[in-house]
Amino acid sequence: MHTAVDVNVALVAAADPTVAVRHLEPDGAVLEFAGAWHSQHGLPEPASTVAELREAGIRHLAFDARRVTAWDSGLVTFVLQVLGEVTAEAVAADRAGLPDGVRRLIAMAEAVPERQTGRTGAVPPWLARIGNRAIATATAITVGLDFLGESLVALGALVRGRARFRVSDLLLVIQECGPRALGIVSLISFLIGLILAFVGAVQLAQFGASIFVANLVAIAMTREIGGIMTAIVMSGRTGAAFAAQLGTMNTNQEIDALATMGISPMEFLVLPRMLALIAMMPLLTVYADLVGILGGAVVGIGMLGLSPTEYFEQTRAAVKVSDFLIGITKSSVFGVIVALAGCLRGMQSGRSAAAVGLAATSAVVTAIVWLIVLDGVFAVILNVLGF
Amino acid sequence: MAYGSFVIQHDLDFVVERGEVFVIMGGSGSGKSTLLNHMVGLKTPARGDVVYDGESFWRATSESQERLRRHFGVSFQSGALWSSMTLAENVGLPLQTFTQLPSRQIREIVSLKLALVGLAGYEEFYPSEVSGGMLKRAGVARAMALDPDILFFDEPSAGLDPISSRRLDDLILELRDSLGATMVVVTHELPSIFAIADNAVFLDGETRTMIAVGNPKTLRDECPNPVVRTFLRRGETDSAARGMTS
Repeated sequence: MHTAVDVNVALVAAADPTVAVRHLEPDGAVLEFAGAWHSQHGLPEPASTVAELREAGIRHLAFDARRVTAWDSGLVTFVLQVLGEVTAEAVAADRAGLPDGVRRLIAMAEAVPERQTGRTGAVPPWLARIGNRAIATATAITVGLDFLGESLVALGALVRGRARFRVSDLLLVIQECGPRALGIVSLISFLIGLILAFVGAVQLAQFGASIFVANLVAIAMTREIGGIMTAIVMSGRTGAAFAAQLGTMNTNQEIDALATMGISPMEFLVLPRMLALIAMMPLLTVYADLVGILGGAVVGIGMLGLSPTEYFEQTRAAVKVSDFLIGITKSSVFGVIVALAGCLRGMQSGRSAAAVGLAATSAVVTAIVWLIVLDGVFAVILNVLGF
Repeated sequence: MAYGSFVIQHDLDFVVERGEVFVIMGGSGSGKSTLLNHMVGLKTPARGDVVYDGESFWRATSESQERLRRHFGVSFQSGALWSSMTLAENVGLPLQTFTQLPSRQIREIVSLKLALVGLAGYEEFYPSEVSGGMLKRAGVARAMALDPDILFFDEPSAGLDPISSRRLDDLILELRDSLGATMVVVTHELPSIFAIADNAVFLDGETRTMIAVGNPKTLRDECPNPVVRTFLRRGETDSAARGMTS
C-alpha cells in the first residue's frame, strides 16, 4: 500500500513541467523542456529562463522538447514569451526542436500582427479625468435639451394630428402605468397616511388636540406627499421600465429599424409613454390622497377614539380646493419628469447589458433629483404667491 | 428535444468520436442550435440522454455535471461576451476561476488566445467597442481559454468575412490536430463544412429528425436522400449538378 503511494508521488514529480538551459559554445543555447506542460497545474516562470539567456549573451537559440510528455497552450505561451524577449535582442531562434503543433500554433498567433491600439488599460492622469468628466457632462446637458426639444416637436405633431404611433401601444402603456400600479401606490400611501397620523397623534395629544390629526394628514397628503410619493414610486416602477425597454430596443437595433423606415422613434416610442404617464399621474395622485387619508382615519378612529363622522367632517373642512389643485398640478409636472427621464435615458443608452442597467439606474436617479428640486421650486413660488 | 409540447427533433442518435470535427448541419429552424444546447447541458432533453465517455450527462448528479462541463468550451452565435468586462477579462475569467495560475501568466495565455483568433492588441477593448465579427472571434478565444477537451461552436463563421472565416476553420483544425480536442460545429456554410468536417449529421426541419450521418463529401455524392444532396449542392438538383460536371 505504502509503496504504491510512493510510486504515485514519484510519477507526479517526474511529470512536473521543467525547463533547463544547455549552453553551447560559443554563443548558443538549447532550451530543454520536459514533463507535462498543463497550464491548469502550474507552469515555470519564463522570467528566470529569459534572465539566464540574457546573462549568457547568446546569439542562437534552439529548443528540445523530446522529453515533453504532454502539453497545452501553457507551453505555447511560455515559448512565445521567451521568443518575444530574445528576438528583441537580435537572437536567431531555431524552432525546429519544438513539437509540430506548438510550431503551427505559434505561426497562427503571429499570422495577424498585433494591432497597435495605444490602449494599455492604464488610468489617465487626474487632469484628463476631470476634463473627460466635464466634456461628458456638457454633452449630457446638450443631449438632454435636444431630447426635450424633440419631444416638444413630437407633441406638436400630435396636436396637428400627424404623430405616428399605434393607439394599442398607448393603451397598453396606460394599462401598465395606471391600473397595474394601483397595488403598490395603495400600499405606500396607506402606510404613509398611517405613519403621518401616528407621528401627529403623539405630538397633538399633548395639547389635547387629537382631532387635528385629520387636518395634518389631509393637508400633507393632498398638497405634498400624495403627489411626490406617487411620483417616486412611478419613477422606480415605470420610469426604470421605460429606460430598460428602450435601451434594449436600442441594443437590438429596433430603434434604428424604425428610423430607417422614416418612423420617428420619438413619436412612435416616446410619445405614447409620455402621454400615458402624464395622464395617469394625476389620477394615481388623487387615488393616493384618498388612500392616505383612509390610512390616517384608521389611526384617528381606531387609536384616538374619534368617531368616523367627526374625522371625515374635520378632513373636509381642512382641505381647501386650492390644496387639492396644487397637488394635482404638481403631479402632472412630475409625470412629465418621470416619463422624460425614463425615455431619455433609454434612448441614449449604450448597446450592452451593462449600459441598459446603467440607463435604468440613471433614469430613476435623474427623475428623483428633478422631482425633489421641482417640488422645492413649487414650494417657494407658492409661498411667494401666498397660497 | 421539444419546447413544451412542440417537438423540434426526435429520434436523434449519433456518436461523436474523440478528436474529430463533427458538424451539425441543416436548414434554418431545423433545431441545430437547440441540439447544441442539449449537448452542452443548457436544455434538458424531453426524452433521452447525452453520454460523454460512457458517462450520462442528464442522469449525473449536479457535481458530476459541473465536472463534465469543465471539459467543455462553448462559443455562442453572437459571442455572448460579458459586456461589463474587457476582452482580456472575458477570456481570463475562466482561467482566474478554475486555475491557480498567477495573473501574469493568465495575461500571457489570454494574449495568446486572442492572437490565435487574430485579435492581438485588443485586450483592453470592451465588447461594445469592437465589431460583430471581432466579438464572435473573442467568444471563440474565451471558449478555448481552458484548453477544453470538447469545443462547441454555434455558427462560428456566420457574419465573418471570408478571410476571418477561413482562419477560424484553420484554427478549428489546428486545435484538433495539436491539442487533440474534439470539435462540434453547428453551421450551414458549405465551404466551411467541406473544409473541416470529418463527420456530420443532417437535421431535417420537415420530418423533424436526422436524415443522414457521415462525411459531408460522401453525403454530397452518395447520400440516398435527395434533400441532403440538394442542401450540400446549394440547392442545385442532381441533373443540374451532372450538367455542370459533364
